[in-house]
Amino acid sequence: MVNEKELRTIIEQVLTEMNLDQGTAPAEEETCDTCNNTTVIEDGFIPDVTEVDIRTQYLVENPVNKEAYYDLKQYAPCRLGIGKAGARFKTDPVLQFRAAHSAAQDAVFSDVDQDFIDKMNLFTVQTQCDSKDTYLTRPDLGRKLDDEAVKVVKEKCRSNPTVQIYVSDGLSSAAVAANVGDVLPAIEQGLKSYGIDTGTPFFVKYGRVGAMDQISEITGADVTCVLIGERPGLITAESMSAYIAYKATVGMPEARRTVVSNIHKSGTIPAEAGAHIAEIIKKILDNKASGTDLKL
Amino acid sequence: MREAILSVGIDIGTSTTQLIFSRLTIENLASSYVVPRISIVEKEVIYRSQIYFTPLLSQTEIDSVKVKEIIRKEYEQAGIKPEDLKTGAVIITGETARKQNANSVLAALSDMAGDFVVATAGPDLESVLSAKGAGADKLSEDNREVVANVDIGGGTSNIAFFQKGVLKGTCCLDIGGRLIRVEDGRIAYIYPKIQELAEHHQIRIRVGDPANELVLYRVCEYMAEQLAMALHVCGADGAHQGMYTNQGSPLPDSPQIMAATYSGGVADCIYQEEEGEVFRYGDIGVLLGRAVKNNQSLQKLKIYPAAETIRATVVGAGTHTTNVSGSTITYSGEKLPIKNIPVLKVSSEEEQEPAKFQNAVRDKLPLYETDGALEQVAIAFSGNYHTSFNQIQDLAKIIISGAEKMIEGPYPLILVIENDIAKVLGNALNVFLEHRKAVICIDGIYAKDGDYIDIGEPVAAGRVVPVVTKTLIFNS
Repeated sequence: MVNEKELRTIIEQVLTEMNLDQGTAPAEEETCDTCNNTTVIEDGFIPDVTEVDIRTQYLVENPVNKEAYYDLKQYAPCRLGIGKAGARFKTDPVLQFRAAHSAAQDAVFSDVDQDFIDKMNLFTVQTQCDSKDTYLTRPDLGRKLDDEAVKVVKEKCRSNPTVQIYVSDGLSSAAVAANVGDVLPAIEQGLKSYGIDTGTPFFVKYGRVGAMDQISEITGADVTCVLIGERPGLITAESMSAYIAYKATVGMPEARRTVVSNIHKSGTIPAEAGAHIAEIIKKILDNKASGTDLKL
Repeated sequence: MREAILSVGIDIGTSTTQLIFSRLTIENLASSYVVPRISIVEKEVIYRSQIYFTPLLSQTEIDSVKVKEIIRKEYEQAGIKPEDLKTGAVIITGETARKQNANSVLAALSDMAGDFVVATAGPDLESVLSAKGAGADKLSEDNREVVANVDIGGGTSNIAFFQKGVLKGTCCLDIGGRLIRVEDGRIAYIYPKIQELAEHHQIRIRVGDPANELVLYRVCEYMAEQLAMALHVCGADGAHQGMYTNQGSPLPDSPQIMAATYSGGVADCIYQEEEGEVFRYGDIGVLLGRAVKNNQSLQKLKIYPAAETIRATVVGAGTHTTNVSGSTITYSGEKLPIKNIPVLKVSSEEEQEPAKFQNAVRDKLPLYETDGALEQVAIAFSGNYHTSFNQIQDLAKIIISGAEKMIEGPYPLILVIENDIAKVLGNALNVFLEHRKAVICIDGIYAKDGDYIDIGEPVAAGRVVPVVTKTLIFNS
């Protein structure tokens, strides 16, 4: 590391050289007091605004009843009691809001880490989208596997399993990374404890929910279940859903899907949600129906 | 989805015996596309019995035959059959609980009071139940205050206090309306501690003395002052410590109590203008009520009307003893209901280390053996330290190894957890044990060492089970 003194020498050198190159003398005259002051580089970091727990942060000045408002805040992670500076928000909540917004955008635009997919022993296939941009602008293509994908799924997956589970990035790669590691094995173990066999799981890149219909047709599964990232919000970018359908077919009504949403660490514990999904799958199999046809 | 379950509450107290039936409505509060969250959303008392004097064979023995008769008559009158009931509690309270035949009375009753009705006793529990029946918990929650309920019965005064709806402490004092009884204008009975209290203040009263209103009112004033001391609204005197039932301990002195409700038989004499002959009940209840009302220390508190007065304990027993488990749980249906299961608690410190967890279970299980055979026992822990799928697998292995003796035995493996992990843990256990052992794994329930729990038959389409946690610890 260059220490302060060395840095200063380098800067002085550069400045001198620049002056020489330009051949102008008045630069020195312009040097003011502030410019002469050495820049101080502090150790440490700017506090990470995303580390703040908004349930416990209360910024209203001179509240009538701080305790009561604080208690109220405990019920939900809403941006309540964040105070104001004149007519505007305070700096800290603004930064938090922008950080949450950035996290949401990142969740949409980033890919699921390949290492994670490998760790989960999943192989990857792709829909007819060739990029995130196509994925976002052409929802129809996100519902169809490309030819290569159809071939690979046919090759690698066991045919006609009772339950076919697969994972898809959807609108939040962060959600997949955060939850699948707990949810997927919990579903598989739950089904195992019920004596229900499952097919070969895999990962679908650039996938929309509707892709499950084609996958159901290709694999011939009785029940198809996709674990897919939800459109991120400003409270969490890590929320995942499971869409489950009995004998899904391309073009079937959306109402035939059963959904378990809001799976994230501040909601139901992901592993417990997985066990719950396994039970739903069992009920779907028992009743040979899903979505609005099934009363849970 | 709404579902109603019927609950019974039976309270056999020192002076009165009462019964209520209530309807508990349970509902899934979560929307249909997320994991369910089933809770009790409404508690409604649908039948109140008359208030009977507790039939006694002698001063120390409850007449269980007559009690049973009263209860049977009330069932008939309400048109409710034992099999309609899903849950409830029979409690024997106050002085009566100390009497020797309490157990046999409970045994006689629990058969006819429905399959899933519990029997329990203990002044701490009674304090909590009466306070909930009186609504002190709700007042403290709604008004964000510290509210105490003082349930002044025949033999004891049970106090529980709440801060923002959370129980902060209980105590029980030997202060009650029937601790001095009056017959034909003469004192017929004096409870020894009350006699001592009177003597402490140079008041001499003896059985057989004429019942002098002024003298007895002075005794009641000192009794009321003892209640004020218990609530920490005035300083304790030398006699105070001795007033606690079974050498129990006082309430913690913080948070400071700001408001109070009164319940129990004497409460009506506090809230209402008294009329008529003061000894009309054959005791000092009316005078005690007047003394409490006029006590200057107690007047410093904000006094709220109680939701229930004389029926507070029985309403508490009938409506506030039952909880529902979390909505994602594992159980073998054919093993339910199960009753009176002692709790083996694994502390949060032990939970955090696999070896300690395992040993805690292994070492404590022999405590629940009778003649070398392991009885039913529930293993309780927080579940806060194992939440990922892999941690749950480890946890299942720890439990299987620690509870080896239980798994070999004839009873189901019962786990009671606070954190929402029961379904995934139950699945892991079932897979590891290859379904050769019945597993009951429920969450959303807090239990501690020394508690007993009852787990009822599943309700809400099998999603949840009603659970009653009974704290049997007498003042400790």
